[in-house]
Amino acid sequence: MDTRILTTDGLQALVDALHARGFEVMGPVVRDGAIAFGRVRALTDLPAGWGDEQEPGRYRLHRRDDPLLFAFAAGVQSAKPLFFPAQEVLWRVRAGDGEASPTVELTPVAVTAGEAPVAVLGVRSCDLAAIGIQDTVLLRRTYGDAAYALRREGTFVVAVTCSHPADTCFCVSMGTGPRPGAGPGPAAPYDLAMTEVSDELGHRFVVEVGSDRGADLLAELVARGVDAAEARPADRVAADRVVAEATARMGRRLDTDGLKELLYAAAESPVWDEVASRCLACGNCTQVCPTCFCTDVRDVTDLTGGLVERERVWDSCFDAEYSYIHGGSVRASTRSRYRQWLTHKLAAWEDQFGMSGCVGCGRCITWCPAAIDLTAEVAALRDEGGRA
Amino acid sequence: MTARPKLAVWKFASCDGCQLTLLNCEDELVPLAGEIEIAYFPEATRAVVEGPYDVSLVEGSITTPADLERIHQVRAVSRRLITIGACATSGGIQALRNFADVAEFRSVVYAHPEYLETLDRSTPVAAHVTVDFELRGCPVDRHQLLELLSAELAGRRPRIPTYSVCVECKRRGAVCVMVAGGAPCLGPVTQAGCGALCPAYSRGCYGCFGPQDTPNTRSEADRLRALGRDEVEVLRMFRTFNAAAEPFRQESRRHEAARQHPGQEVAP
Ligand code: SF4
Ligand code: SF4
Ligand code: SF4
Ligand code: SF4
Repeated sequence: MDTRILTTDGLQALVDALHARGFEVMGPVVRDGAIAFGRVRALTDLPAGWGDEQEPGRYRLHRRDDPLLFAFAAGVQSAKPLFFPAQEVLWRVRAGDGEASPTVELTPVAVTAGEAPVAVLGVRSCDLAAIGIQDTVLLRRTYGDAAYALRREGTFVVAVTCSHPADTCFCVSMGTGPRPGAGPGPAAPYDLAMTEVSDELGHRFVVEVGSDRGADLLAELVARGVDAAEARPADRVAADRVVAEATARMGRRLDTDGLKELLYAAAESPVWDEVASRCLACGNCTQVCPTCFCTDVRDVTDLTGGLVERERVWDSCFDAEYSYIHGGSVRASTRSRYRQWLTHKLAAWEDQFGMSGCVGCGRCITWCPAAIDLTAEVAALRDEGGRA
Repeated sequence: MTARPKLAVWKFASCDGCQLTLLNCEDELVPLAGEIEIAYFPEATRAVVEGPYDVSLVEGSITTPADLERIHQVRAVSRRLITIGACATSGGIQALRNFADVAEFRSVVYAHPEYLETLDRSTPVAAHVTVDFELRGCPVDRHQLLELLSAELAGRRPRIPTYSVCVECKRRGAVCVMVAGGAPCLGPVTQAGCGALCPAYSRGCYGCFGPQDTPNTRSEADRLRALGRDEVEVLRMFRTFNAAAEPFRQESRRHEAARQHPGQEVAP
């Protein structure tokens, strides 16, 4: 199926069609003063006319004087929790009653418990690239993550071109945006990708197809008589302009040249001491990062001991217990934890997975309560390296 | 069937909120009573089973000479001694006296201060006897309390994280009140446990669970100042339920000093 043009009514028809196919549609909604993922039934659930301002340690929404539905940058969280929930039961055993043998629920408990498959609407390019990275980390290694695999497989992804990057964004530096499909990882996985355009030809969405499933859904809309004309050259030009303008407005830059070597050589840099004096070791950066995958796995029992569950929860390299091995924490200081975070993300990740662990979404900058900016820390390390 | 372990619940200087948290575990009280013999718990029952006890839960701080003696007796009759709540683990809100002159308080508050026997400072239980586990919170969280008791019964390590409230805040998908609202929040320096209750209701964290394992209170204070809080406000934020927990104590002292000697760095 070729690139098509949807009006807002057409987009609503797309959402309806996804619901009709049994998907729970999740997309950007305004919640508690920020853009977060929430249920989308009607387009009125989307943040029409809302924009965001982001800078280190600060996030604010503001009203816009246009009807655009996706005119903001990365929200509080990426799509990560939809596939890789913050808390998950891996397996569960119940003691048998009397002579009965114990029941074992090998999981994914939650997935098999009948969660509806999810369609994600409005995944921006950085987050799409992050899904590609997580697929590599969680699926393409010797032992894949069963729960993640199930959730990912069932998911329908409608990506969106990032038209309004924030001051904290640097996807261009990381080669992950602003157009969906860019990315260092495996082909960025979307079913449909749209670019929101508003000009003299009207408010519309230029929709590209990324999978058979996506083509099938669009074909269904066309067959039902939904206004979904083939894209004209003018539509493609308009979409390209959105991309070019967003690229020009990128708020930040990260010089990735020789970054791995720089970080590996900087293990004893005084820059780590300086950043550690500000770092709260709170873990927010890792919790909002769309690629961080570290977890803690523990067994819990109930009062009677009749129920045992193995639970997996998000952890963070900023947690002292995260590096606890017999006798104590390997990374006892905040200095060593910040160094771990940056070095893993931007250097060791390459050796481990053949790509950077950062997609340039800027969340760790915005949501750091201490306003620490990794691009500034890398620049400081470069300066330091230059001086040494 | 082996004998159920005997549980005792003791009260020192406290508001009873932590004991009430145990009583509030309504659905779990029956299974709990099946696994543990509630041998001494005056807040719940007048029946007393003689010690020694397998597990003692101790609420409250040490503020009187009599309590100082009694805590040693409690220790002597307890195989495992677990303190519950901010009072028992850091001295509680009543440790505000540690920053002031108790004799003066006494004469201002009581008509007959001479009837009163009290110590200069409110101190945590661990300052006097060996404590096997300290459960934080003002009050303690019922899920954590049940997890702790379940772990005791199973003989395993309890799953009580020592990282920040922020981790729980993000895990539950709350929007950061500090970043998105400019509200003062102690979450980054406070230990998790409550499930980020206040931030989930768009309020900053009050620090009920005391300092996290690696608290950078100085940087936190700098951020609070950058958000427009003055020295006194920052001082008061650190001086609440866990005022006497060492990192919070030092931080509030720093701001007290800064207020008294502006522009000078004073040792806490
Ligand atoms: S390191 Fe920061 S900017 Fe990079 S992907 Fe993670 S949260 Fe986004
Ligand atoms: S080690 Fe740290 S930076 Fe690396 S994935 Fe884990 S939490 Fe993220
Ligand atoms: S860099 Fe920022 S968000 Fe990350 S642990 Fe340090 S203070 Fe928290
Ligand atoms: S609201 Fe408070 S606890 Fe939550 S992330 Fe922000 S600073 Fe941390």
